[in-house]
Amino acid sequence: MRRLHALPLALPLALLLPLMLAGCAGERARDEVMFGLGRAPEPAELARIDIDVTPNGDGLPEGTGVPARGEIVYREQCASCHGANGEGIRPSPALVGRTPAAGHVFALDPGAPQTIGNYWPYATTVFDYVRRAMPLKNPGSLSNAQTYDVVAYLLAANGLIAPTDSVTRTSLPRVVMPARRFFVPEYRSVAR
Amino acid sequence: MDTVPDDEPQRSTHKITRRAVVRSGGLLAGAVLTPSLMRAVSQEPLPAASAAAQTDPTRTPGAPSDSLGTRSPFETPRLTPVGVTSGSSWTPHHLLHGTVTPADLHFHRHHNGIPSIDPTTHTLTIHGLVERPLVFTMAELQRFPSVTRTHFIECSGNGGRAYNNPRPDMSPQVVDGLTSNTEWTGVTLATLLRTVGVKDSATWALAEGGDAAVMTRSVPVRKLLDDALIVYAQNGEALRPANGYPIRLLLPGWEGNMCVKWLRRLELMDAPAMSREETSKYTDPMPNGTSRQFSFVMDVKSLITSPTQPHHLPEPGWYPIRGIAWTGSGNIARVDVSPDGGRSWHAATLPPLVPRLAHTRFEYLWKWDGKPARLMSRAVDSTGAVQPTLDAFRKARGTAPGYHYNAIRTWDVAGDGSITFGG
Repeated sequence: MRRLHALPLALPLALLLPLMLAGCAGERARDEVMFGLGRAPEPAELARIDIDVTPNGDGLPEGTGVPARGEIVYREQCASCHGANGEGIRPSPALVGRTPAAGHVFALDPGAPQTIGNYWPYATTVFDYVRRAMPLKNPGSLSNAQTYDVVAYLLAANGLIAPTDSVTRTSLPRVVMPARRFFVPEYRSVAR
Repeated sequence: MDTVPDDEPQRSTHKITRRAVVRSGGLLAGAVLTPSLMRAVSQEPLPAASAAAQTDPTRTPGAPSDSLGTRSPFETPRLTPVGVTSGSSWTPHHLLHGTVTPADLHFHRHHNGIPSIDPTTHTLTIHGLVERPLVFTMAELQRFPSVTRTHFIECSGNGGRAYNNPRPDMSPQVVDGLTSNTEWTGVTLATLLRTVGVKDSATWALAEGGDAAVMTRSVPVRKLLDDALIVYAQNGEALRPANGYPIRLLLPGWEGNMCVKWLRRLELMDAPAMSREETSKYTDPMPNGTSRQFSFVMDVKSLITSPTQPHHLPEPGWYPIRGIAWTGSGNIARVDVSPDGGRSWHAATLPPLVPRLAHTRFEYLWKWDGKPARLMSRAVDSTGAVQPTLDAFRKARGTAPGYHYNAIRTWDVAGDGSITFGG
């Protein structure tokens, strides 16, 4: 915050102060605070960029993901970087793999791959990330239907849903992710 | 670890010779070595520099002026590695002075390349739990009251390579080059959030980039109102594309990944979005079998920048041990330097006014007796937090902590004056 050092400003400010306070109640005062900048977004332009999907399912489109269809999408769009079975090809990470027998001990095991099955705490994040950022060379190119299918395939490949299960906007937020119970907020981020 | 390619920088391994010292121009016996002079004695001069050195500048008219300043051919600091579309490039701290990182040497980390963005069409949308969702042009953002503040940005993965796979030939650039310090100019989030009117139910905001990764992080509204900025300038000019042109979010003292570049959208929410970068990445597996999430604050840390690998001490004598220290909590309170592997510690000199949430220079004058030495630095911040030893860090965080590495570093000086990274 800048401080006003110039003494000559003090007198005019003192005179203006009652006017400024008087304006606070009305629309005009809000314009003063807001500088009159910015415009309201059009609904269509907001819809185009408001693409995030959150753990409660907000942002998920209508649709149904089926693992068998998703396997085809995976082979065409993902396997060249992430491997035929989601095992990962450096530098692209592994996507498939359950928690090691020793448990969630990644801090003591530099070689343990962190996958959707053992390190992703929310299934909705898979949909959000794949749709916005994958595949790396053609990001944002998957349709909602393709995204649903490949998410269903990845969840099934990790044993998080049955191969015959499907995912929808209501079922995806309910998929139990094994890693979730291991995540704890750092103390400084929760302190107020 | 994140998917950072394993490229290692090319590094000069030329040994010092007396001839190289003379050729590199002007090293006086007994002079205190600056980083650039130490670099000069540690590697062969470039051909262009050699040619320039052969001309007597008092006998020939100099070059005409140019529209853009360029560095002396004797000075060749470079980011490294380069050429990666999903990875990072590191600041050459062993070649820099003072605290401000030149804009073209600011580290960068990008998740799918550096976008080319037209500032006349790029906009910032603030919406969600607000009274008045608004779209701002870049020109409008610059019409708000501006602030200019100096802060570091450190990638929370900084130091991971040196921790996980230490090698003697690592320089400060390779060890801790994912931190840089800049004079930023922009508008406070407090101003912008007052403009849109944040609803009481809003506790988090999702920040989203306009690059090919469309990268997102959730930020507590509390931080946005406290000291967050949307910046459009670094060191007096527009941001560099690699650093977020035309705008980036700046959260002073918090991990670099959250300072979302190429910012296009802020959505006020009542909970974190749990994006990929705050769940499967940028979380810290702990030895107790949990994963620490939302570890936003960068911890107290220091880095000796000279003398280090690849510098070389030509002879016993006085040398300043110089470095940078920083913390995401308040400011640096003191830095101690040890020339003997931690047996004795000596208070380093700090500037009279220690900046908040910014790189701080420290310097300790050390007389090298020509015997093997182990150089260390240890920072303490204004909250009392002390930079931990490597052993203490390993005990607290494990062998694969992922992010937030702030252990004390060691540089080994050999009897012949060569210096290697000691972990």
